[in-house]
Amino acid sequence: MTTRKLEILVGAFVALAIAALLLLALKVANTGVTGSDQSYKLYAKFDNIGGLKVRSPVKVGGVVVGRVASIQLDPEAFQPVVTLEINSSYSNFPETSSLSILTSGLLGEQYIGLQPGFVDENVEILADGDHIEDTKAAIVLEELIGQFLFNRGNQ
Amino acid sequence: MLDKLQQLGASTIASIQGFGRAALMVFGALWGRPRFIKAWPLYMKQFYVVGVLSLLIIVVSGLFIGMVLALQGYTVLSKFGAEQMLGPLVALSLLRELGPVVTALLFAGRAGSALTAEIGLMKATEQLSGMEMMAVDPLRRVIAPRFWAGVVCMPLLALIFNAVGILGGHLVGVDWLGVDAGGYWSAMQANVDLNEDVLNGVIKSIVFAFVVTVIALHKGFDAVPTSEGISRATTQTVVTASLAVLGFDFVLTAVMFGG
Repeated sequence: MTTRKLEILVGAFVALAIAALLLLALKVANTGVTGSDQSYKLYAKFDNIGGLKVRSPVKVGGVVVGRVASIQLDPEAFQPVVTLEINSSYSNFPETSSLSILTSGLLGEQYIGLQPGFVDENVEILADGDHIEDTKAAIVLEELIGQFLFNRGNQ
Repeated sequence: MLDKLQQLGASTIASIQGFGRAALMVFGALWGRPRFIKAWPLYMKQFYVVGVLSLLIIVVSGLFIGMVLALQGYTVLSKFGAEQMLGPLVALSLLRELGPVVTALLFAGRAGSALTAEIGLMKATEQLSGMEMMAVDPLRRVIAPRFWAGVVCMPLLALIFNAVGILGGHLVGVDWLGVDAGGYWSAMQANVDLNEDVLNGVIKSIVFAFVVTVIALHKGFDAVPTSEGISRATTQTVVTASLAVLGFDFVLTAVMFGG
């Protein structure tokens, strides 16, 4: 077989492999944090983050607008500090917005629900590096059951 | 008692010497300035034999493994009403485990055994000694093109295997069992990460490619130059390479996804 014919066949093979890689990279995997790599960071302190993990989604009304970038413990207040990466195309949340840790379904994974707050002339828009003050901790089932039993005991 | 101890010692020394000879062979083949331009036809020939001719078995097995995964996954997932998780199930099993491992096993059987038999026969018919007589380094001329062909082609074959497998899963899951097509792809995109899953799978298949190719070349180069020796070397290639792939797979999985 001539070298030219071999080269054509090998070229076709490599092209097929590149097409497979493109399919895997573009169609199968999610590229970047939320589709585009433009994002800004917000910080929030919670009392309890429950089962929240890095890369958990941040949702507004069910729409994913960002992801959890990192989770650290504040060394003085002993409270978890969550860093959120929000897609830059959603950059007009007022500072009165609140965060709560929710669970998708009964047994699903936990995510952060962002509830946009009211806007008037005294309210500023959240920008890169801002803290969100109004947060609700995750509901821990054991604590809930404990409270329930305690209340029953008092009655 | 002492005889047993001696046997143990002898087999240990023999296996360590085997490792040493394999390392020397790879080193000898790769050391020095690569001659890609001068040896281009040799390389093309090996890329064709090792890569293009393995394509058929890889595509067919990938298609069927993807289809079986979708079929089996659907049976369990539909019990929990979680059919939309079929896409991630198929994609993650293929990208993380089945793609690299099954490709490596098939590659050891299809291309590895052929490499061993070819080099072993070259040795038995004294072609390698003939090259040395003509001042042609058989390591550079015979081993190096086959080494590069194996190391480059197997990851490419694994990528094709993954892509075809996911399409096969789509064929069964969406077109036959009626899972929603949008859900199949979007749940897959939500759960598959480019670095975490795709890249780690590629790293795995590069490691397997190196292991399988080096074992195949070494067994052929080290074969006893008789017809019985070549047949034993070919068997050993398939057995050793498959065991090595499974062993390395456990270690790599523990390092990549275990933590």
